[in-house]
Amino acid sequence: MKQLLLIAIAMLAITGCGKRETRVEQGNRDQILHLGNGTEPQDLDPHIVTGVPEHHLITALLEGLVGLDPKDLRPVPGGAERWETSADGTVYTFYLRKNAKWSNGDPVTAHDFLNSFKRILTPSLASEYAYMLYVAKNAEAYNTGKLADFSEVGFKVLDDHTLQVQLNNPTPYFLSLLNHYSWYPVHLPTVEKHGPVHERGNRWTRPENFVGNGPFILDKWRENQIIIVKKSPTYWNADIVRLKEIHFYPIDSDDTEERAFRSGQLHVTQTVPLPKIDVYKREKPDLLRIYTYLGCYYYRVNVTKPPLDNKEVRRALAMAIDRENIVKHITKAGQIPAHHFTPPGTAGYTAEARIPMDVDAAKKLLAEAGYPDGKGLPTIEILYNTSEGHKVIAEAIQQMWKKNLNIDVQLVNQEWKVYLDSQKQLNYQICRAGWIGDYPDPNSFLDMWLTGGGNNQTGWSNSEYDQLIREASRAADPQKRMEIFQKAEAILLDEAPVIPIYFYTRNFLIQPSVKGWHPNILDHHPYQHVHLEAAKK
Amino acid sequence: MPEAPELEKYAAHAMEDIEQGTSLWRDAWHRLQKNKLALFGGGFILLLALACFLSPFLGIQSYEEQNLTLGATPPSAEHWLGTDLLGRDLMARILYGGRISLSVGLAATAVSLLIGVIYGTLAGFLGGKTDALMMRFVDILYALPFTILVILLMVIFERSLLLLFMAIGAVEWLTMARIVRGQVLTLRRQEFIEAAEALGLRKRRIVFRHLIPNVLGVIIVYATLTVPSVMLLEAFLSFLGFGVQAPMSSWGTLINDGAKAMEEYPWLLLFPASFFSLTLFSLNFFGDGLRDALDPRASKD
Amino acid sequence: MLRFILRRILQAIPVLIIIATLTFFMVRLAPGKPFDAEKATTPEIRARLEAHYGLDKPLLQQYFSYMGNLVKGDFGPSFKYANRSVNELIAASFPVSLELGAYAMCIALMLGLLAGVIASLKPNSPTDYVPMSMAMVGICLPTFVMGPLLILVFGLTLGWFNTSGWFFPSDRVLPALTLGGYYAAYTARLARGGMLEIMHQDFIRTARAKGASEKRVVLRHALKGGLLPVVSFIGPAIAGLVSGSFVVEMIFQIPGLGRYFVTSALNRDYAMVMGTVIFFAVLILVMNLIVDIVLVWLNPKLRFD
Repeated sequence: MKQLLLIAIAMLAITGCGKRETRVEQGNRDQILHLGNGTEPQDLDPHIVTGVPEHHLITALLEGLVGLDPKDLRPVPGGAERWETSADGTVYTFYLRKNAKWSNGDPVTAHDFLNSFKRILTPSLASEYAYMLYVAKNAEAYNTGKLADFSEVGFKVLDDHTLQVQLNNPTPYFLSLLNHYSWYPVHLPTVEKHGPVHERGNRWTRPENFVGNGPFILDKWRENQIIIVKKSPTYWNADIVRLKEIHFYPIDSDDTEERAFRSGQLHVTQTVPLPKIDVYKREKPDLLRIYTYLGCYYYRVNVTKPPLDNKEVRRALAMAIDRENIVKHITKAGQIPAHHFTPPGTAGYTAEARIPMDVDAAKKLLAEAGYPDGKGLPTIEILYNTSEGHKVIAEAIQQMWKKNLNIDVQLVNQEWKVYLDSQKQLNYQICRAGWIGDYPDPNSFLDMWLTGGGNNQTGWSNSEYDQLIREASRAADPQKRMEIFQKAEAILLDEAPVIPIYFYTRNFLIQPSVKGWHPNILDHHPYQHVHLEAAKK
Repeated sequence: MPEAPELEKYAAHAMEDIEQGTSLWRDAWHRLQKNKLALFGGGFILLLALACFLSPFLGIQSYEEQNLTLGATPPSAEHWLGTDLLGRDLMARILYGGRISLSVGLAATAVSLLIGVIYGTLAGFLGGKTDALMMRFVDILYALPFTILVILLMVIFERSLLLLFMAIGAVEWLTMARIVRGQVLTLRRQEFIEAAEALGLRKRRIVFRHLIPNVLGVIIVYATLTVPSVMLLEAFLSFLGFGVQAPMSSWGTLINDGAKAMEEYPWLLLFPASFFSLTLFSLNFFGDGLRDALDPRASKD
Repeated sequence: MLRFILRRILQAIPVLIIIATLTFFMVRLAPGKPFDAEKATTPEIRARLEAHYGLDKPLLQQYFSYMGNLVKGDFGPSFKYANRSVNELIAASFPVSLELGAYAMCIALMLGLLAGVIASLKPNSPTDYVPMSMAMVGICLPTFVMGPLLILVFGLTLGWFNTSGWFFPSDRVLPALTLGGYYAAYTARLARGGMLEIMHQDFIRTARAKGASEKRVVLRHALKGGLLPVVSFIGPAIAGLVSGSFVVEMIFQIPGLGRYFVTSALNRDYAMVMGTVIFFAVLILVMNLIVDIVLVWLNPKLRFD
């Protein structure tokens, strides 16, 4: 009894008086980085997963052929120490470093890469990101089952440490593609040991089984709670890795994440709750980071149903949105009003065509379409998936169209999967959407609008546009390629099957002790360059 | 078995009740009038309902009119309860939302009350195999995934307020039925019910005259508990795209949104939550008063 | 009693089959498919994904093969979490929810019963109004308001507890209070209502008339009958509590089972929906069986029939 009392008093003393050392302070001392990581990962198999939280984890655990410099996103040596490009830009030869090792001590060889590429392209694995490899010769044919012989696909092992990739076309963004996890290698003997190699449901990604070639190794994985990775002693560049551990917390709620950050439990968050942005801007601007991000928030327009099958009506709607006010008063996190679709400066490309904000012109267009002052136009429905952020933007746009064009608009929200289904079935009039580029190139934003493309989902089709996009993929001259994209985007904006609203920013909170976390458009932060440095007291 | 004289007393009691008929309600009304707190509660709800439903005619600002440059502001002379993130008048939004929340709260509760009480009483009264069958049916409904059920309902039917009541009623009556059934099960074994049966009273009469009045207190308590959970459930249904559509509001959605910004814009939580709480308190006082008034034995204490 | 329990277990089998069957077809009828995503995959890959989980087979064949596995206790692999099975996910998260639910239930019963019984002893007096007003506040503050408020006060301002997480024993306090407080309010209201009802019953009057002390009247006679509504309420409530609360788990970042009830439906993770629903159904059946046993125990005049 007495002991219990003593313990109770001691507990009170610890918790009550004096400030406890926070997790962040401990981390600063021990080089342990605590990261908010959105949501529980589906898996850690680079050939299975599709999400961003998974990306954050996999970049710690595995390494591809080529990395990207966190400051300027220039391709830098990764698993390959150097590479050569053929004169026509279609053949890449990678020279792997000989000192690269898997975490079980095996050397990383060209065969590992080749077999990994084979694995992700194998039809039975049904990898959703296999299309990222389609730039390679015959990769698509193999993945869709049209080609059975993998040796005809454009990958060739020249020797244990030399790998050659044959592309369909000169692809200027090829090296930055390699930074995507779909191009990462896995240790096939390990995969084989824990289940079928070319099917889902393999258990090799459990902490007790995992073998990787990245700067960190998987230590603990507790569902919905924490994933811990530890510095890998076998990593070829282990000397520069200063972090000892990274703890990833899958925190679904942004409010919960912010509170954890504020109480010193996290070094970096995934996002900032909307109402908190103003507060941090005002009171702790040094903790808030806002970067431009490779993505566009926009509305899709279903062009198959009247009255929106009429180009004038679509353009009128697009021109009557006050994007500046939305960005300034609603989203508030430095987003850029989008008057075109491809984010400005994507691989040096900024669209010249614009959808202006011009209410008078919009009214005129509407009148030309046969709806003077909005008369006779049936009620238009805006569909969005349930979320506070989408709701307020839809509400604002509803008011803008009402005020500027005298149009009645109804809002409809649907739960995520129902919304995806409605979108796919073209069972909507206008619906909210967002697109994040897979790689920094206009192609990632423009080829989705090809006739019948899986991500088109507007029913829009334009043969001239299709022609241009195909031409661009074959163009060898970068200058000429960009000119083609300009023409294509001009058509897209003129026809307005999409109404761009703003370009995304990434906004998050970060403790000042985190060093080497550089802003970039891909939100790419290789952990080998990150370390912690507590402020001197 | 009870002793003979007692049995007679219960029988007399039972007969008395039957004779009383309409005067029972007049008595109840009389007793209710004497309960100040209950009257206050009832009056407040009436007043609030009037304000909500008449709000378009009271010259109150529009619930959807925005002022983006204004944004969220604390209470002021122009906006008595402040404005929300889009610069909309919060009072208008609360009053407008009250229409939805009050009608959902009261109507869906009434639906669940009706089904739950009748179902529970029958199960408890009939007992045996019928009871087992009826209760296993409740178990089945209990276990079915509500989210999926709602999504399916939305596919099958057009979005409407009536459907909203149905969906909510469909889940809320289950606990009510279980509680009533538990009460009836025990009451059934009490002397006065057995006496009534022995006297050969018809089953319907026993159920409505003797069983239900005796579980009324618990029913009313649980009904007042159902109202808030129904109002909040509406917010979840909105999430599934089933409740009210933006830019319309309801108390559930207002409180939900307000809770996210409670540190920055406390009035966005405080005012909707206050209306919500005041309504529940009033309802509660009224419910308690009603229970006391309807209890024929209370007056004899 | 043993026969009663046995009979109920026999009843449970068809109930579970009905629940499983209904759920099986309901999830598959719902719009939106498991592998719909914002970035559309090619039709070929989608077809292969569906084939991997047997979704390409005729519905009835899927149904019978699922029920076959179910009999063996195998819920199958999760669609969303590719390398984990539904059994594993439930096994990992249920203990957490069970623990939290147990604490919350203790709080709910202790606070709720105490407040409710005290309030019922002297209706319409301060000892009634004070605990009942507190209960009303508890009902008016839903968990998604109460949770953040508690965190704000005890986590951020006073710094006594972590704001979220499930690592230390102290991490249990705030979520248990949030969840328990809400149920305590319900329990208190129901306990008071039930007690008042009983106190008016004639057998209590008889006991009083026979000169039994007030304490004896309450403890020996009233309590048993007065708590009936609480018992009827608490059965399903416990099943709900120990299977986790989505809202509280989100607010406090707790790795419990509750989240899966909502996310599995939203993800259309058919296997996970089935797993959670059947698991919950078993809990409900068990709890209601216990409730019915307690009802008989509280009222010996009832028989197990």
